[in-house]
Amino acid sequence: MASNEKSYAPGQHPDLPAPTNLVGPIAWIRGNLLSSPTNIVLTALAAWFLYTILPSTLNWLFFDAVFTGEDRNACRAAGEGACWAFIGERFKLFTYGFYPLEQRWRVNLSFVLLCLAMVPVLFDKVPYRQYGLYYAMAFPFIAGWLLVGGNILVLELPIVPTDKFGGIMLTLVIGVTGIAFSLPLGILLALGRSSRLPLIRIFCIGFIEFIRGVPLITLLFVASTMLSYFLPPGTKFDLLLRVLIMVTLFASAYMAEVIRGGLQAIPNGQIEAGDALGLKYWPAMRLIVLPQALKISIPGIVNTFIGLYKDTTLVIIIGLLDPLGIGRASLSDPKWTGLSNEVYLFVALFFFISCFAMSRYSLYLEGKLETGHKR
Amino acid sequence: MNEVALPQPQRNIVSRLWNDKETRQVIIQILAFVVIFAFFFIMVRNAITNLEAIGKDISMDFLSQPSNYDISQSLIEYSSRSTHLRAMTVGIINTLLVAVFGIALATVIGFLLGVCRLSKNWIVNKLAYVYIEYVRNVPVLLHILLVHGIIVNSLPTPKNAVVVNEVAFLTNRGFFIPSPDFQPLYWVVAALFVIGVIFSLRFRKYAQKVQDQTGKHYPVFWICFGAIVGVPFIMYFLLGSPIVWEIPELKGFNYSGGLVIRPEFIALWLALSIYTAAFIGEIVRAGISAVDWGQNEAAAALGVTRGRTLSLVVIPQALRIIIPPLTSQYLNLAKNSSLAIAIGYMDIVATIGGITLNQTGREMECMAIVLTLYLIFSLLISSGMNWYNNRIKLVER
Amino acid sequence: MKVVKTAAIAATLSLTAALSLGAQASTLQDVQARGELNCVVTTGVAGFAAPDENGRWEGFDVDLCRAVAAAVLGDAEKVKFIPTSAKTRFTILNSGEGDILFRNTTETMSRDVDLKLTFLPVNYYDGQGFLIRKELGITSAKDLDGASICIQTGTTTELNLADFFRTTGISYEPVAVETNEEGITNYSANRCDAYTTDASALASIRAALEDPSAHIILPEIISKEPLGGAVRQGDDQWADIGKWVVNAMINAEELGVTQANVAKLASKAGNNPSINRLLGTESNMGEMVGLDNAWAVRVIAAIGNYGESFDRHIGPNTPIGLSRGLNALWKDGGILYAAPIR
Repeated sequence: MASNEKSYAPGQHPDLPAPTNLVGPIAWIRGNLLSSPTNIVLTALAAWFLYTILPSTLNWLFFDAVFTGEDRNACRAAGEGACWAFIGERFKLFTYGFYPLEQRWRVNLSFVLLCLAMVPVLFDKVPYRQYGLYYAMAFPFIAGWLLVGGNILVLELPIVPTDKFGGIMLTLVIGVTGIAFSLPLGILLALGRSSRLPLIRIFCIGFIEFIRGVPLITLLFVASTMLSYFLPPGTKFDLLLRVLIMVTLFASAYMAEVIRGGLQAIPNGQIEAGDALGLKYWPAMRLIVLPQALKISIPGIVNTFIGLYKDTTLVIIIGLLDPLGIGRASLSDPKWTGLSNEVYLFVALFFFISCFAMSRYSLYLEGKLETGHKR
Repeated sequence: MNEVALPQPQRNIVSRLWNDKETRQVIIQILAFVVIFAFFFIMVRNAITNLEAIGKDISMDFLSQPSNYDISQSLIEYSSRSTHLRAMTVGIINTLLVAVFGIALATVIGFLLGVCRLSKNWIVNKLAYVYIEYVRNVPVLLHILLVHGIIVNSLPTPKNAVVVNEVAFLTNRGFFIPSPDFQPLYWVVAALFVIGVIFSLRFRKYAQKVQDQTGKHYPVFWICFGAIVGVPFIMYFLLGSPIVWEIPELKGFNYSGGLVIRPEFIALWLALSIYTAAFIGEIVRAGISAVDWGQNEAAAALGVTRGRTLSLVVIPQALRIIIPPLTSQYLNLAKNSSLAIAIGYMDIVATIGGITLNQTGREMECMAIVLTLYLIFSLLISSGMNWYNNRIKLVER
Repeated sequence: MKVVKTAAIAATLSLTAALSLGAQASTLQDVQARGELNCVVTTGVAGFAAPDENGRWEGFDVDLCRAVAAAVLGDAEKVKFIPTSAKTRFTILNSGEGDILFRNTTETMSRDVDLKLTFLPVNYYDGQGFLIRKELGITSAKDLDGASICIQTGTTTELNLADFFRTTGISYEPVAVETNEEGITNYSANRCDAYTTDASALASIRAALEDPSAHIILPEIISKEPLGGAVRQGDDQWADIGKWVVNAMINAEELGVTQANVAKLASKAGNNPSINRLLGTESNMGEMVGLDNAWAVRVIAAIGNYGESFDRHIGPNTPIGLSRGLNALWKDGGILYAAPIR
């Protein structure tokens, strides 16, 4: 026996490295890319696809792109790629719409307040969360006052008419309002739909199915142009307000269906348990059924939020100028005609970032609330 | 005197009714009914007052008047002398066309994506993932405009068309393809095809019966394939190819003759399919991964091949999970087709809800028609899918 | 208990409220009470109505909105502009969203009678033309056989085009666009060979193209398009105000009253009774229509007369570069012939 061999007590032998053909980049490639003939073909196809698409796309997007320039011709002269100078020049318009220049601090402040309001809603380990939540509930109203202006108690801000709203700010206004109000409304509708009172149930079903059966743009069209027919003569109410109401109602019908799915998944025994404890309908719902049902429905709820947020682009069809509308209006400027791809990609990027963040958060929340025993 | 203060059960009558569960339910319902009824009553009443104030009435007569406008894509005969009703029909057909084609393409791409997402091939898996995340998180209107913009801006004008095989031409005015002109003899081929389909249906049943009784197995697929495709195909050549193809040719500004698929249709169709496919992909992935792995192992233990395991064991079970969310995606696609208006595709919203509405000034009637049509579509799609769902759902004993 | 009571009261109240409604205030009172005029304009045709880079609306049609506001509210700036597509404009006006419409709108019988509009005097005599690329080498609209033509939906041009091609018996592909911006985008991308709309708007579109000299407007005019403002039917007083504001601007040009000299002329009655009546220094025309007598002074002080507004926005010295043509005064060989104020 060689003297350099060590002897170990049973069970004390250090782990040996894995066989070299099972770890390392080569093994990874073999396992994940070349494990079977089909896989080899697929990998080759995908690699070829990337090879043809990627370089030209990247060149167009970044390497050959022009970031400064006076107009389209300057861009074309400077490079082959995308003309981001256009977006740069119009960036303020994309963000604030036609909001008066000297009042734009109000938009910025609202945005900061929005971020603050989101913290206690999104994360549960913040200090003073209780107060934070109260603040978050009050936020839509604070922001409404901040953006529109007017007189509250001693504070007075000059009024900015809502037709000056536009761009990313408008998307956020519609999106946040819709999200804040469609959830409670959706819960009520879902409870109504599974109610024991036949008339209430029929009304809720009728409402939900009607809204879900027709496209949003037809509803927006009715709200924007024909609503006055249904109001007492001489009544006017703000176009943006009408859009907000319509979007909220629309999203709440979808929300109701998502939550109903959650309610159905709660065994009847839970409600009976509540009855046995002497809880009335509302306490039983609030304390027993809804917490469970909402937890199950989280992915669906967030998907509805994302859908609502994306649907805000449809307001351009009734003449409000969201980022897409601003972009399209800018395209008819003779200085910049024909740059539609840049505009659309920029707007797409904006929506992608916000929606992707939302869906990531939903995944995180799902993981955190997972109390079942998943195998 | 010491009187014992009795509890006072005789509070006023409303309070008593309210505290009784049954009556309370009735009261709430009556109240809800009154409030909602009053709401609608007020709305209708306002509408009548407002319409009277400007001297308008409600009437559907305009539908039989000539429309006076032209529509670029129409599958049925239509000219500016046709009625508004016909214009509406053109719109309905166009909506159905893009919805049906969109659903078909979205399903195909969606299932492919779902399978790619489950693939063990890292690069394919990630490509599908990037695609799905990008498409899902960007509004559908943007996809439509982007695809339309790309088609219109990057495809050549008719004079520089991309020529495919000397018979088809790709331009930014549309894709021009040869159109078939059916000769009388062609109907023999068509008849053979129909007979083939009927025969196949019968034969499949018969083969099933034989297999159940005797265990004998016919090559059903190949026989049916031969009957439906093979025989008509051979007959087609025996009869001397009785279809004459009309090939489009460049005349003046545009190609004429043949069939043309307009860029608006292509843009809408592709965009809706691309968008919906991403959602379908996720649904398919979730559906297939929800099938218990034990099912695969059981099939393997029985010696069933990998392919047949998928088609006989996994997919039938996955479908049960996939169908309900798939239905709502189909519905969404049909409703999203109303965004056609953004690129000038003549669907329902653009014809009856757009030009007709504007030229006749009949907002109430036109919007009522549009909303009703969409409700009918939604009902049809969901009842169709419900029927299919019932057929394949687990029969519990 | 409380709930029942509240709900019952609410229901009764809303019912009675619904039944008691019906009396309608006049548009003039509505506008004056609101302190703002809701004016329906286009989403953007340079020279007629378009927001400038600061978001302020400018143009020939916009001036008329401001003129009405000046007459009715005393301040030309108290206008809220409602940009509309051709498709939604009448719905917006009829449903009461807008008070008055100045949106390159052609007066037609069906619009007047069936759409329940009341048209104001024609403020621009126009006709439908075609904008095409020079390189096509076409001189007449009759050569457009088989062409793709961009056209705004919901306009009279759409109907004229269908009629024109039907009577000449040639074919075309209509490419429907919703707004002028979309039309320009499609035309620039060569999606269509020609863009058709009112000749005045074509001039403005051509000026907005990247290289205006590469495009021409065909000399052919295929229709009559008398463009004018409009109001809802059923409020004659309001229609009268709109009508006489337009007429006052045309008469002012005829009488030589301009933005520069109006203050001087209005300070005291002069020798010309027509000017005196217009500017309210004699008789009380303004009160007859429900305003005060200085109404026209405010209009001209804020906007100027018809000719001034024309030259400022669409005249020969602007990028649009339209000549007066038919729209010259009758005594200068045009057909602009406003009813006298007397």
